[in-house]
Amino acid sequence: MITTLLRRDLSRLFPFAGRGGASLPLLFFLAVAMLYPFAVGPDPQLLARTGGGVVWIAALLAAILPLDRLVQEDITLGVFDQLKLRNVTAESVMAVRLVAHWLSFGPLLVLATLPAAALLNLEGETLKLLLLGLIAGTPGLAAVGLMIAALTASLRAGAALSGLLLIPLTLPILIFGAGALARGDAASIGFAGAISLALVAVTPFAAGAAIRAAREG
Amino acid sequence: MTSEIGYLAGGEQASNALPMIPRLAATDLACRRGDRLLFRGLNLQLGTGDLCHVTGANGIGKSSLLRVLAGLLSPYAGDVEREGDIGLMDERPALDPDRALGRALGFWNALDGGTDCTATYSAMGLTDLLDIPVRYLSTGQRKRAAMAALISRQVPVWLLDEPLNGLDRQAQEKVMELITQHGENGGICLIASHQDLPLDGLKTLALEEFAP
Repeated sequence: MITTLLRRDLSRLFPFAGRGGASLPLLFFLAVAMLYPFAVGPDPQLLARTGGGVVWIAALLAAILPLDRLVQEDITLGVFDQLKLRNVTAESVMAVRLVAHWLSFGPLLVLATLPAAALLNLEGETLKLLLLGLIAGTPGLAAVGLMIAALTASLRAGAALSGLLLIPLTLPILIFGAGALARGDAASIGFAGAISLALVAVTPFAAGAAIRAAREG
Repeated sequence: MTSEIGYLAGGEQASNALPMIPRLAATDLACRRGDRLLFRGLNLQLGTGDLCHVTGANGIGKSSLLRVLAGLLSPYAGDVEREGDIGLMDERPALDPDRALGRALGFWNALDGGTDCTATYSAMGLTDLLDIPVRYLSTGQRKRAAMAALISRQVPVWLLDEPLNGLDRQAQEKVMELITQHGENGGICLIASHQDLPLDGLKTLALEEFAP
């Protein structure tokens, strides 16, 4: 059951599989890294000092780009109803979708950070902290994205609300994940990872409850 | 009776397909959507082999009744008792628009245990459509696909919401035939429809009688 669900989710969300729209987050991420040096000027020191933060913001935005297709489509199609009739709980559906969502952007984003780092003049210790931070933080970003997508799926002003909800929920990951770059200490990455794990643990239940509420609404 | 559908052919297989005696009962059921009460005081008793036609004007609550009975909506008052798995077919076929029909149906088939559905697909006239993405299919073709997905689940209780909408006459007759067979095999079928249903032994549930 889990593999069947995962295979369907991946085929819908994974970049370059099926619809072209799914590779957008990755291209968006690289575009930000490419354009940033043009926007602030080619001062290597400035780029090295601020580049890590820009990569984090780009990663955050890349994680929320596919939000509209994460949950809403399946509500409209009636997929969740049919799954419920087959006694598949909303929580397990959401847990699988969280894994699929992260797989569809997390690993590729970490890989894409290498060319982005070259463009932003990030090297050595900074690059290492950035990569570790992204590995620790992206599951949390995926979890926040899925939670928001599920909570706002049945609302008409959902898109506007997603943006508002995103700020407080992702702030802790950014403070510790991106903050590790400014302070140059790896300990905060541990915090980012812990927050990430907590979000990953909560999300299937929150998103599952949101889907049930949407069904009743 | 001859049948192209796998589980309906042969007595032994049929008894395997419906292991328990299905039952669908509602007592003093009321349903509210928003701040409007749709129906109240509804009692329903359906046992093995029962076919029932739910009638009523648009917006009277036929689809909501089906969703309450399926357990997708909680009733405002009253209880629903179900015995046997429920299959619901409504206006949303739950097939991914971007996938080929064969793969979209294959997803549900894999969840349902992955039995061979070739016979079901050909009975619903889908064999030539399996390679076509769902978004290119017509309303009637999607409806036939949803019906195929329902049949291949082999569940004892069918809840059909406007099963004939968008179907050509041949497909309508096929659906009628399938409903009859389902009843003969001991299944329960509740049909919400505006159209006359030429079925033997059909009960009728007029939802107007339960309007507040």
